[in-house]
Amino acid sequence: MPDIVKITDLRKAYADGFEALKGVSLNIREGEILALLGPNGAGKTTLISTVCGITTGTGGSVTVGGFDTVTEYRGARSMIGLVPQEINLEPFEKVISTVRFSRGLFGKPKDDAAIEKILRQLSLWDKKDSQIRALSGGMKRRVLIAKALAHEPRVLFLDEPTAGVDVELRRDMWNIVADLKASGVTIILTTHYIEEAEAIADRIGVIAHGELLLVEDKDKLMSRMGKKQLVVQLTQPIDAIPASLASDALTLSGDGHALIYSYDTRAERTGITKLLSDVAAAGLVLSDLETSQSSLEDIFVDLVKEDAA
Amino acid sequence: MNWIAVKSIYAFEMARFFRTITQSLISPVLSTSLYFVVFGAAIGSRIQEVEGISYGAFIVPGLIMLSVITQSISNASFGIYFPKFIGTVFELLSAPVNFIEIVCGYVGAAATKALFIGVIILITAFFFVDITIQHPIWMVTFLVLTCISFSLMGFIIGIWAGNFEQLQLVPLLIVTPLVFLGGSFYSISMLPPVWQVISHFNPVVYLISGFRWAFFGSADVPIVTSLFAIAGFTALCLAVIGWIFRTGWRIRQ
Repeated sequence: MPDIVKITDLRKAYADGFEALKGVSLNIREGEILALLGPNGAGKTTLISTVCGITTGTGGSVTVGGFDTVTEYRGARSMIGLVPQEINLEPFEKVISTVRFSRGLFGKPKDDAAIEKILRQLSLWDKKDSQIRALSGGMKRRVLIAKALAHEPRVLFLDEPTAGVDVELRRDMWNIVADLKASGVTIILTTHYIEEAEAIADRIGVIAHGELLLVEDKDKLMSRMGKKQLVVQLTQPIDAIPASLASDALTLSGDGHALIYSYDTRAERTGITKLLSDVAAAGLVLSDLETSQSSLEDIFVDLVKEDAA
Repeated sequence: MNWIAVKSIYAFEMARFFRTITQSLISPVLSTSLYFVVFGAAIGSRIQEVEGISYGAFIVPGLIMLSVITQSISNASFGIYFPKFIGTVFELLSAPVNFIEIVCGYVGAAATKALFIGVIILITAFFFVDITIQHPIWMVTFLVLTCISFSLMGFIIGIWAGNFEQLQLVPLLIVTPLVFLGGSFYSISMLPPVWQVISHFNPVVYLISGFRWAFFGSADVPIVTSLFAIAGFTALCLAVIGWIFRTGWRIRQ
């Protein structure tokens, strides 16, 4: 897929000298879901705000659909929809009027059929004449998405779309994102929730201290950086790892009931067969075997720790 | 020009006005009626004619200007401050619109609302006093220019304001005194000479004088001077707004 958003050496420094973005370069492919992960203050929202025109960058460039966001801002912004982190809506407006307003603001002529389609897609059609203040938090988030989609953008930025929402609504939001992707919209979302990125993203970007630490396909990232562990449960606890198992680089669990073996799935030999033979030879009796793989969260924590170090 | 965006902002702001149409109309009509009762009937009956015009009729242009100026400022300042306050300004900043389009939408709506109220007050005045408008086209011209220029000023105040107190600060502490001391209820020629000179530094004097001339054919300052004053004020406000959007002052980080 061609790149629809190209961010080149984007910088943002404030008057007090604080650098929120330190030369971020990132290309986003058309039709993908890119999740930007990062701790608080990493620069995720600044990056989105700068691309969307809310914040002015102090260096670098951004193009959306080939349009420079500064010199050809009309073309670039017409292609972008933004769902902010905060629920910023006029409380006394009706759902349908605020969505119509958003469409008009982006220069699109009135089209009730298009608005109806969006509201139905987001299960808001029944609430179209309700005042925003009468809606639940989840419905308000849907209204924000409807407003962002009102001008039929090709790129949608979702800034922490599920921050502070319950599990059911979060999964509901993931389904909406999946539907949007299926309709051809490119989605960039920032999130604190690793499981969210793991569940819906095609690619993962990790940002910390204003720098993009990596961008990689989710599956490749997890396979490259993911560690796998084999936990050997013992019928009887032991005080220390037998000397005959010293070469297997094992760790003993706190209660002495399990031996933990870390291995690389991509290695030619995992060493599992040898380990099991060594364990049997050492006279230990197994009660169970269990394997686990490190999650994206573990990978993320490792990356951010490395960056801080 | 993104005219669809201008129309959308304008319609959105006007919808807010029409949602509260009763309060929007009753308040100015009531306050104007009170002015006529107090200054026109109670006090005005004891005041001689001013420049050959009954005092009740003399204060009509000043009363209209008083309401139009305050309404223009409050409508425009609230119109742009409210999105800043509740955070919806992000939508304006990320939309494919330039500052001229944003200003046309917000200031156009604020000026329309003020114009609407100005006309309502004029109609109300006909119930209390006998007035004729000698230069109706100029009257409309001055009224429209005042609505636009003070809406521009209100827009600047709305962008500058960081909280609701600041939103009220300039209208209460600067604009209201300038309007009251600008000859709303008297002719500048009635003041002692030194205050006449000081009054000429008050820009509102030129507006009210020009507007009163359109009604009665007499003015405190030459009509051309009034026109230049309002044109200059409008240009100044436009220049300030242009600078605000170029630099992003108080709206874009």
